[in-house]
Amino acid sequence: MFNKNNPIANRYEFVLLFDVENGNPNGDPDAGNMPRIDPETGLGLVTDVCLKRKIRNYVSIAKGSEDGYDIYVQEGAVLNEQHLKAYKAVGIEPDTKNKRLPSDKDKAEQIIDFMCKHFYDIRTFGAVMTTEVNCGQLRGPVQINFARSIDPVVQQEVTITRMAVTNIKDMEKERSMGRKYIIPYGLYRVEGFVSANFAKKTGFSSSDLELLWEALINMFDHDRSAARGKMESRKLFIFQHSSMLGNAPAHKLFDCIKVNRVDPSTPPRFFTDYEVVVEKESIPDGVTLIERL
Amino acid sequence: MGFGIAIKVQGPYALFCRPEMKAERVSYDVITPSAARAIIEACYFKPAIRWIIDRIHVMNEIRFDNVRRNEVENVISVRNVMAAFNGKPSDLHQYASLERQQRASLLLRDVSYVIEAHFEMTDRAGPDDTEEKHYNIAVRRLRKGQCYYQPYLGCREFSAKVELLEGDIPASFYTGTEKDLGWMLWDIDYSNDKKPLFFRPVMKNGIIEVPDLLKKGGMS
Repeated sequence: MFNKNNPIANRYEFVLLFDVENGNPNGDPDAGNMPRIDPETGLGLVTDVCLKRKIRNYVSIAKGSEDGYDIYVQEGAVLNEQHLKAYKAVGIEPDTKNKRLPSDKDKAEQIIDFMCKHFYDIRTFGAVMTTEVNCGQLRGPVQINFARSIDPVVQQEVTITRMAVTNIKDMEKERSMGRKYIIPYGLYRVEGFVSANFAKKTGFSSSDLELLWEALINMFDHDRSAARGKMESRKLFIFQHSSMLGNAPAHKLFDCIKVNRVDPSTPPRFFTDYEVVVEKESIPDGVTLIERL
Repeated sequence: MGFGIAIKVQGPYALFCRPEMKAERVSYDVITPSAARAIIEACYFKPAIRWIIDRIHVMNEIRFDNVRRNEVENVISVRNVMAAFNGKPSDLHQYASLERQQRASLLLRDVSYVIEAHFEMTDRAGPDDTEEKHYNIAVRRLRKGQCYYQPYLGCREFSAKVELLEGDIPASFYTGTEKDLGWMLWDIDYSNDKKPLFFRPVMKNGIIEVPDLLKKGGMS
């Protein structure tokens, strides 16, 4: 729960490995919704915002209408329900209500605090407030890079048929055909950062952090759909620095986690086709590795 | 003039957005001095000092790539927040499906820069603020890989690998060439109503000499 005076006190980095079987982890709007791919290397991509969406969705499922865990950037599907939730959430008057708003700077700060208090995604990822009161951007403690697959992925086009048509004029055709794009198998790696200093500004607490880890582990379990196929979080490595500023460069920690093919001569189809090597001896002093999955 | 440092900054992607092409973002060819300053400031900054970028070395070939993502259209409305703050019914959510915009970004690929910079003391420096002190803290942090927040190449999803460069600066891909990069954002003058300042860099042998426009009066 929100308590601005209780932010996390350590810097963290994390590496998440997730995979997809016969699905499309992230469609590319520029390529007719084919799975995103790096054209130079053939490696599959999943954007930062795609994963942030899943974290938001997980939190909204896990926390329901609990105060302080509302999600600012909503998906449309549950519009009405969320509307009700919003009214309910703001129906509770904050203690500061009768206080006079002093100068503009304080006002801006109160507004930001109000948003941080109510919305988990603003505490976590930050948000852009309008420039009207000059709040500028609120950068959140958690930052996620693009995820990339370990090996080049193959985009496979699957043609499917439907035993019905949409319009009456097409009755004679009896059925229509469609397309699905799948990746037979892809193991993806994503790296992320948690800044304790930004946590101070948004009030991102250790229970918020715990919820983030939980979301990273479970987010695909609540995102099943015809397009996604079978997606799972496979490994979550967390590097906890013993200090707020950190004890080692992020890239050195990321380099300690290596993912290799067991048998490079056959195409990978399962997670067991890979081995994950953790070079524990290369982890610098002052950094603790926590394996959560 | 304070002590100078050189850092090596790398990443698989970068986006230094051109202000004239913001809806569908297009990156400049190279890192801007303001983005370079922000990378150093992510590692070490105090109001007592001001980082000044002296030189940018472009190590890798300039290459682009396109990424299109779903984004939302609007920012948070302060009026709605105020209403909620005062206990009035107000919907503060943003609905991704109603405000969806698909926007492309033209990114830079596999960038690597060496940034030479120094700092100067500002008028906010107190009696304990010596150049040696700030220089030593900055160098110590860079050596240890400490940072205030993870430095990034233009946008936060493109994080940067930053190392202190203590040896010689390696040769650039563009050694033996000269390239006019056109008008580029130098930085924003925050003391003067956030006025953007521009300069016209020429990359000689991969090296861009960066003027200190705040000192020279600037051009905009």
